[in-house]
Amino acid sequence: MTAELTRMTAAQLASAIAAGEVSATEVTRAHLDRVAAVDGQVHAFLHVPSELALAAARMVDDRRAAGQPLGPLAGVPVAVKDVFATADMPTTCGSRILDGWQPPYESTVTRRLREAGAIVLGKTNMDEFAMGSSTENSAFGPSRNPWDLTRVPGGSSGGSSAAVTAFETPLGIGTDTGGSIRQPGAVCGIVGVKPTYGGSSRYGVVAFASSLDTPGPLARTVLDAALLHEAMSGHDPCDSTSIDAPVPPVVAAARQANVEGMRIGVVTELSGEGYQPGVLTRFGEAVELLESLGAKITEVSCPHFVYALPAYYLIAPSECSSNLARFDAMRYGLRAGDDGTRSAEEVMSLTREMGFGAEVKRRIMLGTYALSSGYYDAYYGKAQQVRTLVIRDFEAAFEQVDVLVSPSTPTTAFKVGERVDDPIAMYLADLCTIPSDLAGNAALSVPCGLAPDDGLPVGLQVMAPVLADDRAYRVGAAVEAALTERWGHPLLDEAPALAAGPGRSGTDD
Amino acid sequence: MSITRDEVAHLARLARIALTDAELDHFAGQLDVIISAVARVQEVTAEGIPATSHAVPLTNVFRPDELTECLTAEAALAAAPAVEDQRFRVPRILAEE
Repeated sequence: MTAELTRMTAAQLASAIAAGEVSATEVTRAHLDRVAAVDGQVHAFLHVPSELALAAARMVDDRRAAGQPLGPLAGVPVAVKDVFATADMPTTCGSRILDGWQPPYESTVTRRLREAGAIVLGKTNMDEFAMGSSTENSAFGPSRNPWDLTRVPGGSSGGSSAAVTAFETPLGIGTDTGGSIRQPGAVCGIVGVKPTYGGSSRYGVVAFASSLDTPGPLARTVLDAALLHEAMSGHDPCDSTSIDAPVPPVVAAARQANVEGMRIGVVTELSGEGYQPGVLTRFGEAVELLESLGAKITEVSCPHFVYALPAYYLIAPSECSSNLARFDAMRYGLRAGDDGTRSAEEVMSLTREMGFGAEVKRRIMLGTYALSSGYYDAYYGKAQQVRTLVIRDFEAAFEQVDVLVSPSTPTTAFKVGERVDDPIAMYLADLCTIPSDLAGNAALSVPCGLAPDDGLPVGLQVMAPVLADDRAYRVGAAVEAALTERWGHPLLDEAPALAAGPGRSGTDD
Repeated sequence: MSITRDEVAHLARLARIALTDAELDHFAGQLDVIISAVARVQEVTAEGIPATSHAVPLTNVFRPDELTECLTAEAALAAAPAVEDQRFRVPRILAEE
């Protein structure tokens, strides 16, 4: 029974718990057991406060026993990226500078998930302050891809993607700034969604690049992602950029799973040189599949997408250099070298030297450079103009088609260590995902097979206009349904079984 | 060469990061490569393109001026590196003269 519970979808678990076929406590215990068995190898989690999870599960069971109404995700475990502030467990952002930090307040997203009855299983590993595409920038060691433990699970939300893939949890949440939900989703063979910017609240999400950061769901099915999307989203007065509009009907769209008559555009610029042949093979087949399902396929050119990556690597570091100025060693977090003789400024500089990893330092300095007088117009100013041009490309494209599609990533999961000291190679992992971040629209990655050249998962990216998130879910669900039928099983059934290994070596329990 | 080692040292001072000499050597080369790559945005030369700072239209957001709950002093100070008399204790901010 325990093994079965961890293979069930969130939708199945929620209805089984609501019907009393299984208790929230049994479900939570089964997932905690799975974490104990495999996370020593996968290293998806940074904190697993199991007693808190079991206490939350007991509350769900008590509510049900008392006949009180249950939330839509009652008793369903969710793994939370360690960038969301949680009032009852640490929040480190994968950084030494926040090692052991216990926030005094709760993020809106996690508060909503708890109100929906979800059980926060623990906090997941990530690239430090969400800067990276592999989790190798975590100060606490990399997570591993359950398809091949020598490879990365993507990033920065790689702990959440690895946990969902390894059946440690049916649901995970991440944040997407340049692709940090869709890219780990794609390379792990699961579903990852970046909602429309402002559709999910940033309140209590430790800021990296405020004009881009977007919380979103990771799950093994499109419907599960939609259920999580709906529960975590919606207007939040605590976030000044939160959109005051209804959440798009993503759950209905995931159930609809129909692309008949939809106009789908293939982006010319997100293909060709630099793309792994096996990725392009599976992408091409996915486009053919969509056509066979009744969609009208056209090729659409978005000429400025080629400038999106360089523009992003000016805009995001600029915002990060400003946002991370808050880590000044004064009010919370690490303080180093405070020996009674050093000045506040010296203590600050020593703390940031000790507390930040290499990629965070690189980006802070890059942003400081791009924003400095004399360089501002040539770098940050130009990047902001490119952002306008990328938005215009999308607007023109969405006059012709309902959604755009591309591969989610140029390659499948790369080896741990392969790109760690080559920043440019690492940045290329976000090539296909960045345009939607710059434009703030909605984009989803859904598995579309295993690359024939290396047997690793490939993602299909579906991009939809601002607040038309439901369109991406319609397409994703249609692809998922057709491919599952063709294969006779979900893609993850082909992932190697993880042997129960030595227990996890976390700092808490 | 788009950026020199001295310029990187200056950036590190501005950013309040006490880089080691070895880090300066390492980052100077890497930042040079990155800046050369991102400079590609300068190929966009069309005139009159407005800058976008935010993808969605922004308006200032206010809440009603009503008292709401906030953190207690104890909660706000709970994660402080050093506390004295219910306040954040910080290193000296003025130079010794």
